[in-house]
Amino acid sequence: MSASMQASDIVERPPPPAHGWSRQRILGYGLVALWAVMGIGLVAYLVSAWNSELFQKYAPGYISGVGITLSLVGISIVVGAILSVPIAYGRMSRNPIIAGLAYAYVYFFRGTPLLAQAFLVYYGFGSFRPELDAIGLWWFFREAFNCAVFAFALNTAAYQAEILRGAIESVPRGQWEGAASLGLHKMQTLRKIILPQALIVALRPYGNEVILMIKGSAIVAIITVYDLMGITRLTYSRTFDFQSYLWAAIIYLLIVETLRHAVDWIERRITRHLKR
Amino acid sequence: MQSVWTLLSWGSEGWLDDIAYGAFVTVSLALATLPLGLLIGFLIALAKQSSERSLRLAGDIYTTIFRGLPELLTLFLVFFGAQIGIQQAVRLFNPEATVEVNSFISGMIALGVVFSSYASEVFLSAFRAIPHGQYEGGFAVGLSKAQTMRLVVLPQLIRIALPGLANLWLILLKDTSLVSAIGLTDILRQAGVAARVTKHAFLFFGVAALIYLALAIVSSVGISAIERWVGKQEAHR
Repeated sequence: MSASMQASDIVERPPPPAHGWSRQRILGYGLVALWAVMGIGLVAYLVSAWNSELFQKYAPGYISGVGITLSLVGISIVVGAILSVPIAYGRMSRNPIIAGLAYAYVYFFRGTPLLAQAFLVYYGFGSFRPELDAIGLWWFFREAFNCAVFAFALNTAAYQAEILRGAIESVPRGQWEGAASLGLHKMQTLRKIILPQALIVALRPYGNEVILMIKGSAIVAIITVYDLMGITRLTYSRTFDFQSYLWAAIIYLLIVETLRHAVDWIERRITRHLKR
Repeated sequence: MQSVWTLLSWGSEGWLDDIAYGAFVTVSLALATLPLGLLIGFLIALAKQSSERSLRLAGDIYTTIFRGLPELLTLFLVFFGAQIGIQQAVRLFNPEATVEVNSFISGMIALGVVFSSYASEVFLSAFRAIPHGQYEGGFAVGLSKAQTMRLVVLPQLIRIALPGLANLWLILLKDTSLVSAIGLTDILRQAGVAARVTKHAFLFFGVAALIYLALAIVSSVGISAIERWVGKQEAHR
């Protein structure tokens, strides 16, 4: 302390703002250059490894794989959205039994890996083949794709229920009370007052959930569904050509980035009235 | 037909010991990944909150790539990519050599990279929650930049980032199940082996799911203990 007291007659000024080539700037340019080199290297590798025969043989597979990935996610998200409504209702219910059941459902599906759930459905339900045969549902669970949709829909229903609940609870209580004092009944309030406000809050989590599902859907390759990842593994096992994985990475990145920007765009559109 | 309890017993008849070993592998993989992911994530967050544009750009590219790729694909890219890369490097010296990449290390790298890209966002928002006056205050009492970071910013940062990081830990614990696809004997793979041998698939995958659930519950208890402890630290000051 005393040393600094003696030095205090020299006014200590804040450091001048960095200009020229600071250490940070050198590091930053170096890292960006590294990314650029890796990007150019990737393109150069893909160009040099270009094999039109291979491309003609496997490109249709990739396109159908993208189709299967998208339809798997699309169906699961829609079914999950329908299922999530009663679950979210249960989570907000005052009845402890209903609330407890809904909580247990959500806890199970959010606490265990999606891969374990898919295995449980695809391999596990095979243990109940006689019973499933008896009630005429075996045809459904025989197909790996259906099993994947089943597991994914249940899984995303749990997440979407939490999103829905959070969004509805984010709307202040006064909105309910105000609507009640205007003589709207509960359903009308929910539909006309609460949901329009809640869905603005929910949009971003919903977008994230779709993105998580698209990324998560890659695991169906392990239970023999030929989605984008499944086709990629098949191609790699036949050709031992590493570019099969690189192409899959590029396609997944394109899908996810497109979705992310679409969500950003929608959010900008629907919150225009909130901007000043 | 063996009874369920024989199948789930410890020893040569049952499978409990194998599944317990799988649980050990899962937990050690997650614990090994955590520091790696936290360290990389913190560095990326530092880059992303820097005033230097190129550093921010480099950090953003990193997160965009590794948050956009499916975790399974990242795992395969690391596993097969490293295999091919190291193979070719070794072939330069010894053309006969074949290389087998360790699936534990590959899993650690892939999951660590994914974890870090999410963790960097958590750290970044925590950085933004710390007022600029804290840095100025640190400078005013004569602390160097590194000291300000270590003594002033970091303790607050950890407190703010803790809930987000706890969430990421639970996700990491679940994501470790993916390494069963590259042959690591984790819970899910051991359950799969048991299911194939005994034909009790639902039983064993159900047990595997319950073990993951138990790990999640134990983690939540641990996390809330840590949160209480960190909260107490704050109250004492």
